[in-house]
Amino acid sequence: MQIWPNATLHVVTGKGGTGKTTIAAALAIALAKNGHRTILMEVEGRQGIAQLFDTPPLPYEERKIAVAPGGGEVWALAVDTEDALLDYLEMFYKLRRAGSALSKMGAVDFATTIAPGLRDVLLTGKACEVVKRKEKKLDNAYDYVILDAPPTGRITRFLNVNGEVSGLAKVGPIKSHADSVMSVIASEQTAIHLVTLLEEMPVQETLDGVAELEASGLPVGAIFVNMTRPPQLDASQRVMAIAGQLPRSEIEREISQSGLTASNQLIDALLMEASDHAERVNLEISELERLEERGLPIFTLPLLPSGIDLGGLYELSAIMSASGIGGE
Amino acid sequence: MSNNVILDIDAILTNPEKHIIVCTGSGGVGKTTTAAALGLRAAELGRNVCVLTIDPARRLAQAMGLTELDNTPRSVPGITNGSLSAMMLDMKRTFDEVVESHSDPERAEQILSNPFYQALSSSFAGTQEYMAMEKLGQLRAQSQWDLIIVDTPPSRNALDFLDAPARLGSFLDGRLIRIITAPARGAGRGIGRIAALSFGIFTNVLSKLLGAQVLADVGNFVADIDTTFGGFRERADATYALLKDSGTEFIVVAAPERDALREAAYFVERLNQDSMPLGGLILNRVQEVPETGLTQDQVLAAAQKLTAEGRGPLSAALLELHAQRMEIKERQKHLAMRFTAAHPNVAVQPIPAMAQDVHDLDGLREIGTALANQSINW
Repeated sequence: MQIWPNATLHVVTGKGGTGKTTIAAALAIALAKNGHRTILMEVEGRQGIAQLFDTPPLPYEERKIAVAPGGGEVWALAVDTEDALLDYLEMFYKLRRAGSALSKMGAVDFATTIAPGLRDVLLTGKACEVVKRKEKKLDNAYDYVILDAPPTGRITRFLNVNGEVSGLAKVGPIKSHADSVMSVIASEQTAIHLVTLLEEMPVQETLDGVAELEASGLPVGAIFVNMTRPPQLDASQRVMAIAGQLPRSEIEREISQSGLTASNQLIDALLMEASDHAERVNLEISELERLEERGLPIFTLPLLPSGIDLGGLYELSAIMSASGIGGE
Repeated sequence: MSNNVILDIDAILTNPEKHIIVCTGSGGVGKTTTAAALGLRAAELGRNVCVLTIDPARRLAQAMGLTELDNTPRSVPGITNGSLSAMMLDMKRTFDEVVESHSDPERAEQILSNPFYQALSSSFAGTQEYMAMEKLGQLRAQSQWDLIIVDTPPSRNALDFLDAPARLGSFLDGRLIRIITAPARGAGRGIGRIAALSFGIFTNVLSKLLGAQVLADVGNFVADIDTTFGGFRERADATYALLKDSGTEFIVVAAPERDALREAAYFVERLNQDSMPLGGLILNRVQEVPETGLTQDQVLAAAQKLTAEGRGPLSAALLELHAQRMEIKERQKHLAMRFTAAHPNVAVQPIPAMAQDVHDLDGLREIGTALANQSINW
């Protein structure tokens, strides 16, 4: 990927309802194109990936879930806090068995409840462990790691694990674990993408999110504008549509030539929809201008009238590829 | 639609027996706006309404023309008939107030400055839900409003609103926290030797992970809380009972998308299971398409004919637009019917998508009107 030449970790966030899981999945396919291996990770216990790819719920285990054009592979992992803690205990203290006993007692739940920062360090830590396999040239390494992260409102806190942990532990193993996580997340190995719709409130939240991430020194990648409606009318037609000045008699004549009956009902409906569409497109254009002022790369993806299924994911990933994402 | 259950919003809003309406649903489906629109409509139907919103983005303030939303209900100007107030929950301040009102100033100061309390009151999972419940209880106890409309926190999962307070309450009142934070007191009592040994390991691992200071802070907090108030679980249970009361009505909000409807279905099933009063489902942002008597295929074929013959690009574009909207409408209708097939007793009220965002009271009024009328005919 030339747009973020060194980014292995792609974090995808977005306001609820903007389709962040969909975009993360399409990105995982686009980046896997032409023989790459990518992994799509989720951390919120929602099983959103399984639902999207129409597979049974994912265990805490890396599984191949899709292939990409040109012989690429997409893997998936649903990270669970409890298992991530056991991994951590095993890796640093060889304590897996004691850990399992503790988790049966509800103790892991307890620890992550009294120290929510711990939960985030464990989740981001797991993502960073997977990222680091590439440097170490391990067999189970991936070219790209795509993290379906918590929503925009919580993303800075989630990623800025150092800040979270420092209130908790000034020294010690968790602190050094957090430091090592930050050395990946706050570097050019990472790109944080924000998904939005072209509506006032999601755009505002996206701009606030970008400002927050930048203030914390976290690397913002791109803005993905999702579910846009490709304009069917040009600018002057939109002005006419809103003012009710589209040439009615011309449209009536053309419709009769199309094989339909140019009933008043049909023409009224078309003109009404044209005006509604024009208003919507104008709103989207002005919201897009607000986003463009930030000077970040913007990728635009259409609303798929048939909804999002597996085919839809490939359609979106093909649009990403055509915009220059992945595929080298 | 195949069912005849109709969501009569005005009947709910004007029912003097109803004192609480909870708007719930997954994030990004328009809950806050719906809550505000319901509040405005109820006020203009003569009720004295307070809308409690929890969303940190100050959307409600924008739409209601309020400059300040600060944990105290503020009166919304320009209402005829009844009255409308709105407030935004400040969870930390609400928690601080609970502490201050239940302990002497010295003890309160001690609790408020405890690092664990500070984490608990500002960033804990579940605190927002707990404090929303607490605030709801407080507002209900004041007799100033006869209807409170609550917009639930933007949780990962809509059920969190019901479960998080009790979960947090049990946790704070729980045995585990007491034993672990006071090992000397708890280790030998009530639990077996093996369990005590495991707790020893656990405390050890926890100290390794978090540092001993964290456990000490938690211990101090528990001790301080014990001597002042306590009964977190009890408080959460009391508000939960309020929600089960017949004076409460739940309104589930969803968008006509698979994920949002799945979440709505979970919530509806849960309300049924707990015999909680459910008003119905509001389906926001539904594609409206005027009836023309044509099928999507006919419209598309006509557009293709014009394009192929190189005539009438404007009309071809309009026909394509119409066909696209028909397809979106069909998909949404299909999703809604699947929901209805699984939940035939739940009234579904589709609300048309608006071309523009809501900016002011007039926009909210328009939504209120749409909520009260069957404007989409499936």
